[in-house]
Amino acid sequence: MEVFKLILLSLLVICAISATLSKRLLASVIIFMAYSLVMSIVWILLESPDLAITEAAVGAGVSGILFLMTLKKLHRTEIDTEDEDQD
Amino acid sequence: MKIKTKIKEFVSQSREWTESFSDMSEKRDLPRERVRKEEHMVERILEEKAGHMGLLKWRRLYLVLAAISALTLITVLLVTVANLPGFGEHHEHMDTVAQYYIDKALEETGAMNIVAGMILDYRAFDTLGESFVLFTALNCVLILLRRDFQEEYRLSDYYDLTRDPILRRVGMVVIPCVVSFGVYVMLNGHLSPGGGFSGGAIFGAGLIFLSLAFGDDFAARLVSEKLFKGVAAVALGFYCLAKGYSFFTGANHLESGISLGTPGSIFSSGLILPLNVAVGFVVTLTMYGIYRMFRKGSFK
Repeated sequence: MEVFKLILLSLLVICAISATLSKRLLASVIIFMAYSLVMSIVWILLESPDLAITEAAVGAGVSGILFLMTLKKLHRTEIDTEDEDQD
Repeated sequence: MKIKTKIKEFVSQSREWTESFSDMSEKRDLPRERVRKEEHMVERILEEKAGHMGLLKWRRLYLVLAAISALTLITVLLVTVANLPGFGEHHEHMDTVAQYYIDKALEETGAMNIVAGMILDYRAFDTLGESFVLFTALNCVLILLRRDFQEEYRLSDYYDLTRDPILRRVGMVVIPCVVSFGVYVMLNGHLSPGGGFSGGAIFGAGLIFLSLAFGDDFAARLVSEKLFKGVAAVALGFYCLAKGYSFFTGANHLESGISLGTPGSIFSSGLILPLNVAVGFVVTLTMYGIYRMFRKGSFK
């Protein structure tokens, strides 16, 4: 169990850092959603299942969708790869 | 009068800029270098404007101040966290309130889920504020993103998911489960983990899935603008009527007069069940409404 917790927590840190450092916004959003999913498992381990439910629904579901909608409005989902090539 | 003409000038200029931006995003077929050049030009114009308005002078000061305040905040937070008692450790002053809730919550509120007893009975007034924060957020999104003019708004086929058979099939199976789980969590807030916020979020996510998989028109037929406004007004109004008296009693508790019932049955714990449902509907409508505004800008 300790090992599992350590793996989860290190995953959290990795997700948090890579979501901010990632150059492609689409990838950032997906990493952020993964962060929320891991976080909801951590909430269950901390014995607060109600927060886990909310985190999974809001963090991984709704806010991710809203971010994707915003990216769509900014036309960044398609251009991103070209940006990557130039940099 | 001078100021007025200046403001008018500024508004027309900024409108030109925004139009040039939207033009740029549509000219995606242009060679990359030209787009880059245009971007640089716009940046230069913006910087010139900022210089005229005396903003450039403050940029360095702003950077220094931002760094200083960020460092101070980081230090304060780290010191606070370092001085907190460890996870699960006993602390004589911090445990009194928690111990009180654990001992008395079931007896006084009738809720098996102590958390629901806390947020919807002892601290129902805080939750009223929270629901209004959500509602205010929804209103801000409505103000910013709503399109009042009737315009044929066509989404590009690239984002039209309603023709995707996999999503539709999966949606047929998953959406009823998601929605009924949301309602279950909402209604069982006083018995099991969850409550209005979590149940409403799940319900809202189900509605968003519905409108992604089966099209905006189908979802709009289910949740019309009238229904949206009506449910939001009724839910918030009911909460205000039930708990608004705290303004006048100084957040002290008044007896609701509803019997607490046997703990563990669905109709128990007085006002907590209807309040959970009200909060759940507010959260559902907030999630779904924000999605609709981001997607299309109207409920139609």
